Amino acid sequence: MNQASCQIESTLSTGQFCRRLLRRQLVLAVRRPVEIGNPLLFFTMVVALFPLGLGPAPAQLAEFAPGVLWIIALLSNLLTSEAVFRGDFEDGSLEQLLLSPQPLYLSVLAYIGAHWLVTGLLLALVSPLFAVMLNLSTASIPVLVSSLLLGTGVLSLLGCIGASLTVGLRRGGMLISLLVLPLYMPVLIFGSAAVKAAALGNPAGPYLAILGGMLCFAVALAPFAVAAGLRISIDA
Amino acid sequence: MWSIFHKLGSPPWLYKISGSILRWLLPITVAALAIGVAWGLLFTAPDFRQGNSYRIIYIHVPAAVVALAGYYIMALAGAVSLIWKMKIADIAMKACAPIGAAFTFVALVTGAIWGKPTWGTWWVWDARITSMLVLLFLYLGVVALYEAFDNKEAASKACAVLSLVGMVNIPIIYKSVDWWYSLHQPASIKMTGGSSIDTSMLYPLFWMIASFYALFACCMMLYMRVEILQTQGKTGWVKRLASQGSS
Amino acid sequence: MYFDSLSGALQMGGHGGFVWSAYLITVVVVSCLIILPKRKEKQIILALQGALNRQHRD
Repeated sequence: MNQASCQIESTLSTGQFCRRLLRRQLVLAVRRPVEIGNPLLFFTMVVALFPLGLGPAPAQLAEFAPGVLWIIALLSNLLTSEAVFRGDFEDGSLEQLLLSPQPLYLSVLAYIGAHWLVTGLLLALVSPLFAVMLNLSTASIPVLVSSLLLGTGVLSLLGCIGASLTVGLRRGGMLISLLVLPLYMPVLIFGSAAVKAAALGNPAGPYLAILGGMLCFAVALAPFAVAAGLRISIDA
Repeated sequence: MWSIFHKLGSPPWLYKISGSILRWLLPITVAALAIGVAWGLLFTAPDFRQGNSYRIIYIHVPAAVVALAGYYIMALAGAVSLIWKMKIADIAMKACAPIGAAFTFVALVTGAIWGKPTWGTWWVWDARITSMLVLLFLYLGVVALYEAFDNKEAASKACAVLSLVGMVNIPIIYKSVDWWYSLHQPASIKMTGGSSIDTSMLYPLFWMIASFYALFACCMMLYMRVEILQTQGKTGWVKRLASQGSS
Repeated sequence: MYFDSLSGALQMGGHGGFVWSAYLITVVVVSCLIILPKRKEKQIILALQGALNRQHRD
């Protein structure tokens, strides 16, 4: 960044800065539609794997569908989390971000928000299609979508913690999975429980409420960990 | 008072004092463990329902308790290292990871072996064992993260952050798995026999738990000594130590 | 002692294999936890002594 833009940045309010950051991330993401499409394609193909592995019996598929859909959402979120900070780390923009006067907490939230918008949100919107493919009852589809909306938000926040700690590593690879999967487990438990409850005709409200609670908790605390991780990775 | 912290933060002082502590603590711990094992194996009555296989409780529960406590100690040491930049806290955190992972492994294996005669299968996805498995993953994650960094100072800081994140998550994970298990297995048998445990069985259990804590402390000191020597190998006091030929 | 004989203690009413193997595994792991760092410490000190001797000779 040249001198002029640095001067301009320092006169921006925090809100304006974060909105610009969010828009920048979205624009960058949209310029590479393949990277948005890949996780969705991954999701589709893995959904196809389950009937191949478990057998096409509709009742059986319907029984496993909530868990299966949630696990695949988890895995595709994991795959995309790795690249959230990598591009900016490699060309030095991340270092500039750390030096900017705006609070890192909010800047990080902008990154995570952008990531959720192009992964979790899209996944949640496309999930009814996969629910039908796996023979999930139509009554549970709204619950599926809402649980995915809330849950993938938490997943994005947690995944970015792992991403921030491993962004500087050359042999990052599978490490982020090892770090982040234990953190994903509670989300999976309540997410799939919500959908299963809906499939059985029970109220899914409590489970969605817990997911919402997890989201609030994660939004409050995760950016601190992400910021710390980014500082450590840059200093390394 | 701050001079105590200054002293505590000094590796050579810790090396010296851990040496003198270990000289008596290690034999006492080994003896206590031996007594506890003999007590539990041979001198307590068999359980009414489980017969003699319940004796595994005398190693399974202490190992599990210390494994969980060890993670919190590791996270605490990490926090101290991050906030006050104490080298000793750093070394303590590094030492906790492999020790804690080993105890978690023991807890898992003994739990599985206990499960076979009790429930008929080697592995049951009950709340406690599943949480132990997640704890193992958390420990291994810390170890893996440390190894992946080339810059060891950054590695310690990253592990401190990871341990803190894990520490916040352990209660959440435990509660989630507990609830999930109760949902899927309404008639579950708790591993410690649920209802009141006879006092004749409680005493050896507490003895073993205390011995395991002492064992954890000894192992931590042993690993910290190795770490101190490795990182301070070029300093004067270590060279003097080596030339004296003492250990 | 709650067992009549050594074989009774080993059998433990059919559960002997489980109990003894669990205890054995624990003993092995705990011994490793104690012995490995002690050995490493001695190795490091020996290596340092060797390096110092080489320095004094040169």
